[in-house]
Amino acid sequence: MKMFSMDKKDILLFLCFSVAVLTGPIILEPFGAGYPDLLQKFAIFGIFALGFNILFGLTGYLSFGHAAFLGMGSYTAVWTFKLLSMNPIPAIVFATVMGGLFAALIGFISLRRSGIYFSILTLAFAQMSYNLAYSVLTPITNGETGLQLNQADPRVLDVMFGRDYGAVLPSSDFFGLDMTGYPGFYFCGIVLIICFFIAMRIFRSPFGMMLRAIKSNQNRMNYTGFNTRPYTLAAFVISGMYAGLAGGLMAVTDPLAGAERMQWTASGEVVLMTILGGAGTLLGPVIGAGAIKYFENIFSAFNEGILMGIYDFLPETLQHIMVSVSGLFVGEGWHLTLGALFMLIVIFLPGGLMEGFNRIKTLVTNRTGGGSDGAATPAAAE
Amino acid sequence: MAILSVENVNKRFGGLKALDNVNLQIDAGTVHAIIGPNGAGKSTLLNCFVGRLEPDTGSVMFDGSSLLGIQPHQINQLGVSRVFQTPEIFGNLSLLENVMIPAFAKRDGSFTMNAWMSVSSESDLRDMAMDMLADVGLEAKSADIAGQLSRGDKRRLELAMCLVQQPKLLLLDEPTAGMARADTNNTIDLMKRIAERGVTMVVIEHDMHVVFSLADKISVLAQGTVIVEDLPENIKGDPRVQEAYLGGAHL
Repeated sequence: MKMFSMDKKDILLFLCFSVAVLTGPIILEPFGAGYPDLLQKFAIFGIFALGFNILFGLTGYLSFGHAAFLGMGSYTAVWTFKLLSMNPIPAIVFATVMGGLFAALIGFISLRRSGIYFSILTLAFAQMSYNLAYSVLTPITNGETGLQLNQADPRVLDVMFGRDYGAVLPSSDFFGLDMTGYPGFYFCGIVLIICFFIAMRIFRSPFGMMLRAIKSNQNRMNYTGFNTRPYTLAAFVISGMYAGLAGGLMAVTDPLAGAERMQWTASGEVVLMTILGGAGTLLGPVIGAGAIKYFENIFSAFNEGILMGIYDFLPETLQHIMVSVSGLFVGEGWHLTLGALFMLIVIFLPGGLMEGFNRIKTLVTNRTGGGSDGAATPAAAE
Repeated sequence: MAILSVENVNKRFGGLKALDNVNLQIDAGTVHAIIGPNGAGKSTLLNCFVGRLEPDTGSVMFDGSSLLGIQPHQINQLGVSRVFQTPEIFGNLSLLENVMIPAFAKRDGSFTMNAWMSVSSESDLRDMAMDMLADVGLEAKSADIAGQLSRGDKRRLELAMCLVQQPKLLLLDEPTAGMARADTNNTIDLMKRIAERGVTMVVIEHDMHVVFSLADKISVLAQGTVIVEDLPENIKGDPRVQEAYLGGAHL
């Protein structure tokens, strides 16, 4: 069928991606990342970055306010839990829809400008949302405490279907399957696979080609007969829906929503993930998201005790100096490591980690006298 | 029959009268050149045809509909394509993509949410784009990135991008500006071939060599107004044209 025609290479890429996600707990075990809490984060931030890349990587509009949609998704999901059901499906559906609606509103205004002005507008809107969530919207967001579940919540659908959680605080469950631990990861993982599939379709579609053309030369697009506004708005809304979905999944794995999810640092994080992995590439943002969450997990876990252990072989004075120097880069200060890492990537690999992989690939295939399966052709960073 | 008719167009920039009651009729199937000294208002006039500038008064009618007050993309959808002084192409995309994109605009209109289709299944448009690239002599480079082309090749690519839309009117703003002589001659040959197919063209040009080898009719613009409109052979000897170009000095 014409509609579902996919290149063999794309089918292979999709299958590899799916297998990698589903076997994540086994593959990442040797790296000390094979446990569900971290894997969930990989999947959720992977979705967030995947959507952000459609706006930033494809269309070339750098938004600094996507955390607003992430937060919107979380609040919507928690409210769905409270009012309707603890089943994650309605929660993520509503989170996606609300993320998209909120993005349509902000995008409609922000997309009147491009370049730095667009970035500043999105940043302003996100900070506004963050401050509103803290102050006047407290009845909806529960302010500083954050929105939480309550035993007395109505949960209309659950009551209707006779689902009773008794006297304990309920947690989200997928038809009886508790959404914590591995089931929680597999739920997020399958959503990530679906999201990846959709992103791949968009990348290979005429619509995706138009987005890349807008990034390349918006003036020519206008004189070629395209109205670029609806294209950029569609890209903005799609990325907002991805962000809303990611926020919803955060609430699924941990039913709680706080305003800090909307803060500019969270918006900046997804920019870092996308650039680190490789903006405009299909896999890059997911890898970038994984890399940042992995390093966050490793470096922030270090403390002075562990460092002392590492430098145990040194004389005592030297040991203390080394510990206090490297102590700046770990624990609370792990952002310093992230910053250094980011600088190295941007300077030496402007195309992100994906460019690095491709360089290694060409190096290896050249050395082995050109691969036999045609993989030697530099596949434009995918 | 006039496909583009410009009537009593005036445009002021502050105290400067850039266009002073311009009247122009472009006949279908002809190549019409607009020449004139620097600052005569040639580019201003062209920008009034494509929605970039709005004249203060007057009308610009194309094929029965007004071109005033509508966006560039709407004007293109009516059948007007434009070539820029500096070639405007999609520098990060392949040549094939560069030509396929205008073909999509022609077929699907100014916005289509076709995010679920696949570009690789559009074999008709791909063939059309490849034919067009072959037509301008770039088919061997179809997979190359457009930004790396030479100036002359970029111009040819831009022409292919316009022609794939089968425009009713092609506007060219100094198509050979900044080109080496060999590239200029190639471009003239290409434009001649295009003209032979009956595409209506409006060419703004400084280079007299280009103008006299292409144009069916020439309008001379000076100080914002059309001073002469005639066949090329009559333009050369016209004293008013010499005066406009040479400021009244007698040769």
